[in-house]
Amino acid sequence: MMNRREFCKKAMIAVGGLALPLAAFEVFDPGTLRAEKDARGKTRWAFLVDTQKCVGCGFCVKACKIENEVPYDANVTRTWVERYVITRDGKTYIDSPKGGRDGFTTTKIDQNLHGMHDIKSEDITKAFFVPKLCNQCDNPPCVQVCPVGATYQTEDGVVLVDRTWCIGCGYCIMGCPYSVRFFHPIYHVAEKCNFCYHRISKGMKTACVDACPFGARRIGNLRDPDDPVTKIIMTERVNVLKEEYGTKPQVFYLGFSKEVK
Amino acid sequence: MKNHVLRPLFVVIAIVVGILLIRTALVPVDFGVYERGYMYGWHRKSNEEDWKTVRVKYKTAKVCWECHDDKYREIKDSAHGSISCENCHGPAYDHPKDPLGLSIDRSRDLCIRCHSYLPYKTSDRGSIPGINPETHYPQAQCILCHIPHNPKPMNQKREVKS
Repeated sequence: MMNRREFCKKAMIAVGGLALPLAAFEVFDPGTLRAEKDARGKTRWAFLVDTQKCVGCGFCVKACKIENEVPYDANVTRTWVERYVITRDGKTYIDSPKGGRDGFTTTKIDQNLHGMHDIKSEDITKAFFVPKLCNQCDNPPCVQVCPVGATYQTEDGVVLVDRTWCIGCGYCIMGCPYSVRFFHPIYHVAEKCNFCYHRISKGMKTACVDACPFGARRIGNLRDPDDPVTKIIMTERVNVLKEEYGTKPQVFYLGFSKEVK
Repeated sequence: MKNHVLRPLFVVIAIVVGILLIRTALVPVDFGVYERGYMYGWHRKSNEEDWKTVRVKYKTAKVCWECHDDKYREIKDSAHGSISCENCHGPAYDHPKDPLGLSIDRSRDLCIRCHSYLPYKTSDRGSIPGINPETHYPQAQCILCHIPHNPKPMNQKREVKS
């Protein structure tokens, strides 16, 4: 017969054993350890956006939707263009009708419930366009929250989604501070900009970069010191979105203004 | 220890072993920790290849010029020379095999993406020559008068000037 003292002892050993995580039994793998020690490859893709040059034509959004098979008329897009108009009285008006897919063709600004707001040109102090896309962060919060390993970062810094493995929980969509993720209307899995991974891995530029007639969008390799984009990022006054989140975004903006969020 | 104490333990062990067996069957072989470590690099490696095989639709202007060098010479020095052919002519896919011809977007909506005047002096948009699409010949297609491959005002079509 087991007495009380013995039972308590054994129960504590059993509970202690159960509490040991499976990871504690993992054998050390030098390869994994090296990988976790910030291995550096030959390529790290980064993006440069010039908000002065962007005119809001929306060709980038159109090309992106077609190139990446995002349903054209669904109100979701991997990249979009925002318009900022700051008026004399200090107000900021922002809109992005259809993500800017059809360009900005009127001075009227879409204020959702409040209708279209027309601003007279003499009231405008600043007005500009800001293209947005996935920042391919160095510390991507969307990857951290994925419970199944369906979204991940490649060696060259691009965050991808495994469509066969995504369970559609939506944590990553909530976790992205830049709201670049959405559900794909056909595949019903998380979808995001991947810097046109099929193009950049073939030595091409992304579809949005090729579609931009003004050079407002550029892509480059941060590990190549002779890359013109890298040179600009290293030597000119660039800024990133929401630096305070610690995500280390890799989309850099020229001509940034404090109103941009 | 008596049998009735150990018996549930065997059941638990059997369940754990069963779960591990099912797991090895379901998880792909190449699923593991890669370059970005456990936090960012835990994934199925072959998915990277899946993304690389997406079909390229926009083949870029360089591919167009290989055959259409006459058009290249026409547009290269014009103000529209920086616009990729496929922005107006549509993505090439595998043209000329598939599709044989491309559908050109000749609509007003295409031109006013840039040429609808917006008074934004702090952006390059403000310096693009523009019109008010509501008052500038609203029913007409822009290409009735303007030549998109060489859009200087002086180069308007002859019948318009006369």
